[in-house]
Amino acid sequence: MNGDSRRFTVPQRVLHWLMAVCILAMLFIGVAMVSTVMPKYLTLVSIHKPLGIAILMLALLRLVVRLRSGAPPLPVDLPEPMRLAARLSHYTFYILMIAMPLIGWGMLSAAAYPVALFGGLHLPAILPQSDSLHALLWDAHFYLAFAFFALILLHVAAALFHALVRRDGVFETMIPVSTHDGGAAAQ
Amino acid sequence: MSHQRLTPDKLVDALTPPGVDPAGHRRNHAKGICFTGVFEANGAGSVLSHAQVFTRGQYPVLGRFNVATPDPNAADPTVRVRGLGLRTSTPDGQEWRTAMIDPPVIPASTPQAFYDLLLASASKDPDAMKTYAGAHPEIAAFGAWAHDAPWTGSYAEERFNSLNSFIFVDNSGAERAVRWSLLPAAQPVAVPPEELAKRGPDFLEQEITERVRGGPQHWTVVVTVANPGDPTADPSKPWPEDRRTVDVGTLTVQQIEAEPDGPCRDINFDPTVLPTGIRTSDDPFPAARSSAYAKSYDRRTAEAQSYPRTTTGAKP
Repeated sequence: MNGDSRRFTVPQRVLHWLMAVCILAMLFIGVAMVSTVMPKYLTLVSIHKPLGIAILMLALLRLVVRLRSGAPPLPVDLPEPMRLAARLSHYTFYILMIAMPLIGWGMLSAAAYPVALFGGLHLPAILPQSDSLHALLWDAHFYLAFAFFALILLHVAAALFHALVRRDGVFETMIPVSTHDGGAAAQ
Repeated sequence: MSHQRLTPDKLVDALTPPGVDPAGHRRNHAKGICFTGVFEANGAGSVLSHAQVFTRGQYPVLGRFNVATPDPNAADPTVRVRGLGLRTSTPDGQEWRTAMIDPPVIPASTPQAFYDLLLASASKDPDAMKTYAGAHPEIAAFGAWAHDAPWTGSYAEERFNSLNSFIFVDNSGAERAVRWSLLPAAQPVAVPPEELAKRGPDFLEQEITERVRGGPQHWTVVVTVANPGDPTADPSKPWPEDRRTVDVGTLTVQQIEAEPDGPCRDINFDPTVLPTGIRTSDDPFPAARSSAYAKSYDRRTAEAQSYPRTTTGAKP
């Protein structure tokens, strides 16, 4: 299976789907968190911080894996604008996956909040205390979250376009099980 | 009164009355002054909580005396409730933040009731407060304190109370619901409000600055342990007087600094920033306070240009 260059490698697919779940959860937790004063506020915040750091570590790992394993080639008949869009969207995903947790971490640092993960484990500040940095990073974290969600919607739309309209095999490069030897996988 | 979901934006908006410009300042307890000092733990708190802050030793503190008003320009004699924010740091990198006030109870049972109280007190309807009090009889305990408790002429003579209950976890994992208070070493001297009114709009800041210049000020930190069945979830209800108390150490205020360029200015005294060994209880207020304080902090840090860091002359 590792030799199948038409698909992403197993570690890449595992990382993709694991992170998809984490990031979607993260976006909804973030929106819910800043709109409640109920006790669940503390629960959501206590998930948001360690999950953000987990996403950061997974993203860095995924970047290394991507640089080593590469990606399956796009279909030769894919129009150039779509190739460009695919490439740019992937760059943007990596930037956001790495930048969002760092912005959150930096925002907490600039506000002199302890960056508590769980069980007394905490991270050092990565920025000096600064009201202006805090305000800037807060805005960035807020607006980039919505940009991230928009990018995910585009990504899903593109995946479905490949799967249902073009049927060009691009969708199959990332699905958890292979459909080429579908009978075996289904059993 | 309000049956829509309470958000931090609504809660924070409701704090600011018409005609008050809070830009750059905390949305409540807007007027205050910074202090630094030390918490000296006597070790007795270790039987209740395994937090490092209770092991015998000295830990640096940063705090803020304040008056409970949304108006950063309020005159000190006009504000009934006084507060103290405190951050204690320990070598393990953890922090214990608390924001306390001098009444023995919070006027409302729940954050929603507190919000309704804010709306009622800002309402143009002359019967709004009467209607609120009818629906929320728990406000009577706070009302009695506000009416009867003597006013003092100094932050140093105030007892400050956590009001909210928290859970202390000891070394064996046993959990106890507690509240804590700061008991002043200085003897409180009752001063009639008419007399305080003559002392000027900033007399509290001026007095504490002078007083600490003359010598450090002390408070005993006392932890009160709930009995089973005590109302841990309702900070409008005091616990019976006979509950077990443990003196865990002494807070010493060593230096006063003006707020505009002081070290407490950009600190959020979020009462849910707790070391391991202390956690929140079934009291719903700390979560609501955390959410609202964060909103207030986000707003005021974005408005910092409205609150210049340089003090001009009239510094206390």
